[in-house]
Formats: sequence, structure tokens, C-alpha cells
Amino acid sequence: MKYDIILAGVGGQGILSIAFVIDNAALEEGLFFKQAEVHGMSQRGGAVQSHLRLADGQIYSDLIPLGQADMILSVEPLETLRYFEYLKPDGAVVSSRTPYTNISDYPVLEEVFREIKKAPVHVLIDSEKLAREAGSVRAQNMVMLGAASIFLPLKEDSLKKYIQVLFEKRGPQIVQTNLKAFDLGRQAARA
Amino acid sequence: MEKVVLLGDEAVALAAIQAGLTAAYSYPGTPASEIMEFLIRNSEGGRKYTAKWCVNEKVACEEALGVSFAGKRAMVSFKHVGLNVAADPFINSAITGANGGLVVVVADDPGMHSSQDEQDSRYYADFARILCLEPAGHQEAYNMTREAFDLSEKFRIPVMIRLVTRLAHSRSSVATAAPREQNKDLPYGTWQDWTLLPGNARRRFRILLDRQKELLEYSENSGYNQLVLNPTGGRLGVVVSGIAYNYFKEVASSLPGEPSYLKVSTYPFPVNKLRRLIEQVDEILVIEEGYPFIERFLQGVVGISGKTIRGKMDGSLPATGELTPDLVARALGLPERTGLKTGDFKLAGRPPQLCVGCPHADTYKALNEAIRDFPRPVVFSDIGCYTLGALPPYNAIQTCVCMGASVSMAKGGAEAGIHPSVAVIGDSTFAHSGITPLLDAVHSNTAMTVIILDNGTVAMTGTQPSFGTGEPLDRLVAGLGVEPNHLRVIVPLPKNHQENVKVIKEELSHQGLSVIIARRECIQIVGEKKRS
Repeated sequence: MKYDIILAGVGGQGILSIAFVIDNAALEEGLFFKQAEVHGMSQRGGAVQSHLRLADGQIYSDLIPLGQADMILSVEPLETLRYFEYLKPDGAVVSSRTPYTNISDYPVLEEVFREIKKAPVHVLIDSEKLAREAGSVRAQNMVMLGAASIFLPLKEDSLKKYIQVLFEKRGPQIVQTNLKAFDLGRQAARA
Repeated sequence: MEKVVLLGDEAVALAAIQAGLTAAYSYPGTPASEIMEFLIRNSEGGRKYTAKWCVNEKVACEEALGVSFAGKRAMVSFKHVGLNVAADPFINSAITGANGGLVVVVADDPGMHSSQDEQDSRYYADFARILCLEPAGHQEAYNMTREAFDLSEKFRIPVMIRLVTRLAHSRSSVATAAPREQNKDLPYGTWQDWTLLPGNARRRFRILLDRQKELLEYSENSGYNQLVLNPTGGRLGVVVSGIAYNYFKEVASSLPGEPSYLKVSTYPFPVNKLRRLIEQVDEILVIEEGYPFIERFLQGVVGISGKTIRGKMDGSLPATGELTPDLVARALGLPERTGLKTGDFKLAGRPPQLCVGCPHADTYKALNEAIRDFPRPVVFSDIGCYTLGALPPYNAIQTCVCMGASVSMAKGGAEAGIHPSVAVIGDSTFAHSGITPLLDAVHSNTAMTVIILDNGTVAMTGTQPSFGTGEPLDRLVAGLGVEPNHLRVIVPLPKNHQENVKVIKEELSHQGLSVIIARRECIQIVGEKKRS
């Protein structure tokens, strides 16, 4: 078994938090993982991506070869498209519908959605609305992780355990918000 | 054995702690910063080692050398261009030799994700005539760092660990080994070894040269340099090093037979193993991240008779940028694979930008307005978040070369007739390498204006502490001899815009040296304080 994920978003949207949860859940379930991330300059409002690879045996490359990702998981719709060439033909796209418009030439949103829908398996999630419903607009990353969880080769419980670990230090309120965000995302993807 | 999730950088840091580290030093720089971040984070709770950010890499390297002199284990870490700054102590530490284990960790940035060049530190190790270890993965990063301290004490030389961005910032699990105590009994270094008067230096250099045999022998016998000869692997042999090994192994399974290969992990590289590989094959493909270091040695001036050498020099692999599994697959003759296409859809780029509410943005707006009436002004700038001022909507700066160069270049520019000649430099960059050129400018009373953007932190690399900020910075600048009435402090806020434009204009018009300190706390720090 191997499962390759491209995580995408804009610097500051918390894709490394998604990665933290998946990495640790994978380790707990006895899987191997490698996760290449972006630090430094791009984190200042630029496009960021992380290659996250899970397998039940040794993983060599830190980077996913083109056309081999099982999933693109993106917290921002335009960023979803940036990595399309990594997706394998039957791969899944799990993308937020909520644009992050910190650039002047952001394309027409409907056209972005139309492109995303060209992927045979795609789930578009209103992450902003669901995160608000959970209690914080900052929890969009956990909404998206919840949506992706229906495809991931990981147990719901292991993922939730590490959401707990990740937010523990910030208090029970924030833990609850993020767990709820995960649940809402998961339900929305099932719908 | 405990398994922990670590970045490549963190695997190095944890290994150093568990190897009996006494002290580690660094200056922030992507992709090396997370080494010191980890050391500092873990130095609480009774761990008795020193882990410090330093004012610059040269100072960091010299502090580590002092620890080694004292017989204790030391590590210094920085990004590749940081080694340029530390080159003087680095090269000469090979001559003095190490007493306590001295490990120099250099993180190269192929592809220039966050850097101004993609220089390859293996050349520095070769230049200094020391041992260099290059891990391919996290476990090797951990194991090699542990071993590097032992090797440093065994051969009595500093040992380099070469990382690249992709490993430094990749996360995986690592099995750790039992920790070792710090050194207790090593005597201090002797003056004959450590006082590099010509007589001593000649003797020491001879010792270093004589040691090369032993280093080569170490490489020949090291299990990290794996030679795999596959009789059914065909005419092609592969020489592969560092993280490139991962890409090779990833894609080689798609070939009908895996080619014979040599994984090079230690330098000086194992010549006999290389010879044994070459004897088996007609064609050699060298896959390495960074410059064609091994490839150039192999190729020499006239190549190897009867053998074809392929790699970055013949275009089999690109000469610049980062390797990928796809590039390696192509070099091995595998068919190209691609995924979905977005067709004609135009993907808008999303470059990094200054944060909303960033003080630098307000300074640039004021500077742009103040400078626009001058016919041929030049704004020299430097390394930091504010380098983003080169991009729209600011288009405010014309240069960024290396740490501190804004001040020195502004002086050179002024002396070549540029007026106003402006330097824009951050507070930490100023402390790192801006003080000495400013002293130069004071000495000549050069007609130039230095704007120090004092946001109180090293922002770009993750808000590490700055050494030249706040009121002590004002005193430092005054103490260098800058005239008090041309040392101005402004607060870059939208409400102060008109006033700031006026101050900047006045100083730009001054026919001597002036310094403007634009002081407002980094918006990231403000946010961190709010959250905690």
C-alpha cells in the first residue's frame, strides 16, 4: 500500500498542521511516512505545498513523482489547480471553495471550479462556512482534513487523537472547535 | 530504540544532543534555522548544553571552535551562504584541527527556494581538506551526525554534515540510540597547534595533508558508501549521492534490471569503490544534488577512455535547480509520466509578499514618495523580508546581494557619484554585517543615507531574536560616530506618513552621512504575543 498526497494552500493557512495530524496518525498505525514541506520566504502569503507520502513499506523519494499522487488536498481552490499534474488519473481532489484573494489577477472563481471538476473524483467544500459553524474561521484546515478523511487510509480515531494533541496547549475550547470542524468537513464530503 | 517524528534538521540536532553536545551556535537562515530552533526548544528541563543564536555565522563558528579547544563537543550550523561568512574560521579550523568534536552543519539550497545562489558546500569541505558526510535520509542524518563527532575526535579535524533543503525540511520518523555523556577528560588544545604563526601553521598544514590518506581509507571502508554490482544491470552504472539516492531508488524499480550503482555518502569519496563500478560498465550516470562535484572529478580534463560519463555537464540532468524523481527517471531513459492537465487555464502566480500591516510597507511608501523628486536615486538593499520591496506594488529597491552589502554598496555608489545613495537594511542584518561598513562610511563622512528597518526580530526565518534593536541600536549607531542631528528615528505607521516623508527627504538632501531608524515591531511578533 502507498498513498501520496499533495497538500496545498497559501502560507499561513495551516497546511503544516494538517500534515502534523496525518504524519502522527500514520506513525501510530504503523505506516511509514515522508513529508516534504516549505519553510522560509514562501510562507509570507505565497503558494505553499507539501508532499506527504504514506506507505506500508520503505519510502525513498521525499517528492512525489508527477502523475502519481492519490490525492490533492487543498485549503484554497486556485492552489488546487497548481498541482494538477501530480495527480494520477483516478486520484481524488479534495478542495476548499473559499478563495484567498491576496493577488490582483485572481481568476474568475467559477472558472477555477470548472477546472477542478475536470478531475474524475472531486469534492468541493465550503470550508469558510463550515469553519465558522465550528466556531472559528481559522479552522478551515481541519474542515478540509475532515473532508479528506473519507479517502485516507487512516482511522478517523487516530486523526482525531492528533487533532487533540495539536491543539491541546491552546485550551479545550480550541480543541473542540477543531474537532467539530473535522466532523463537519467529513460529513460534507460524505453528502 | 525510540522512534520520533523529526525534520531532517531536527534529526541532526537531536543526534548532536545525544552525542554529548556541550555547545551549539548558529545564525538564522533557511533551510538551516530549525536545527537551532530544536536545540533551544529542547535545552529546557535540565539538559546541560548551550544553544545560542549568534550575531553572525563567523562569530558562531569561532565560538564553536573555542568549545572544541576546551575539549568539549561543539556544533555550528548555518545555510550555505552562511559558510561564506564563516569561511575564515572554517578553513583555518582545519589547520588548528579539532580537539573536542567539532561538527559544521551546512544546509545547501538547490533550487534557491530562499537563497541568492545554490553553491555547493562540498567544494568547501574539499577546499578545507576535511571530511564531509552527506545523508540521504532522516535516519542517516541522525546516525551520521552521531558519528561525525567521533570522527572529528578520531581524525582531530572538523567534520562537515551537508544537508539540502529537501532533506532539511522533510519530516519522517527516526530511531534514536542511547545518549552519550559530554566529554569530561580531554585537555585543552596546545598553543603549538592553535597559534597559527607561520612556523606552527606550516607544520599543522603538513599534518592535515598527511591525514588525507586516513580520510580516504575511512571512506573506502564506510558502510554508507554502498557499492551494489548487479551483473544483469547492463552497461550503465550509476554514481549517486545524498538525497539523489532517494530519487534513484524510487524510479529504478521501473527499469528492467536495476543498474549497478555506488552511493557516495562521504567525502573524500571512495576512489577504489568508484573504480570497481567503472570497470563493470561502459556508461556512468552521475546523479547528485547541487553542482556536478563528483562528475567533474570523474570527467577530469579528458574524461575516461572508453567510457561515457553523463550527468549535469552533458545535459542528461539540468545544471541548475533542484532534482526531482521525474528528472532522474528521464536521465535513466524512463518514459515521462504526467497527471491531469489544466489545459489553457491561466494559473495566476502567487509570490510571497509583505504581511498586511507590515511596518516595512509603510517605510517603503514613505521612501518612495520622498525619493521620487530626485533625478537618479538608488536604493541598495539587503537580505530579509524587506527584499520583497523589490516587487510590486513597492518597486522600491534596486539591489540585494549578501548580508550587509546594502551599506557598503551605498558607500561605493555614493563615491561613484550616486545621490541620493540609500541603504535599506533590517536590524538583525545590520548587527550581522552592517556595523562595519557603517563605520567605514562614518570615517569618510560619505554622502549617503542608511535606513535601518528595526522590527525587532529576524522575521523571514521565523522571528528569532535580533542583536541590534531598540534603544541600544540607537546608542550603537551614535557610538559609531554618526552625527546626532543626522540620526533620526521614525515610526512607520500610516498616520505618520507625511511626517516620515519629510524626515526622509531632509536626510536624502543632506550632503553627508545620515541614518534613519524606522522602528515598529514585526506584525508576526505582535500576533504571537496576542496568541500567547
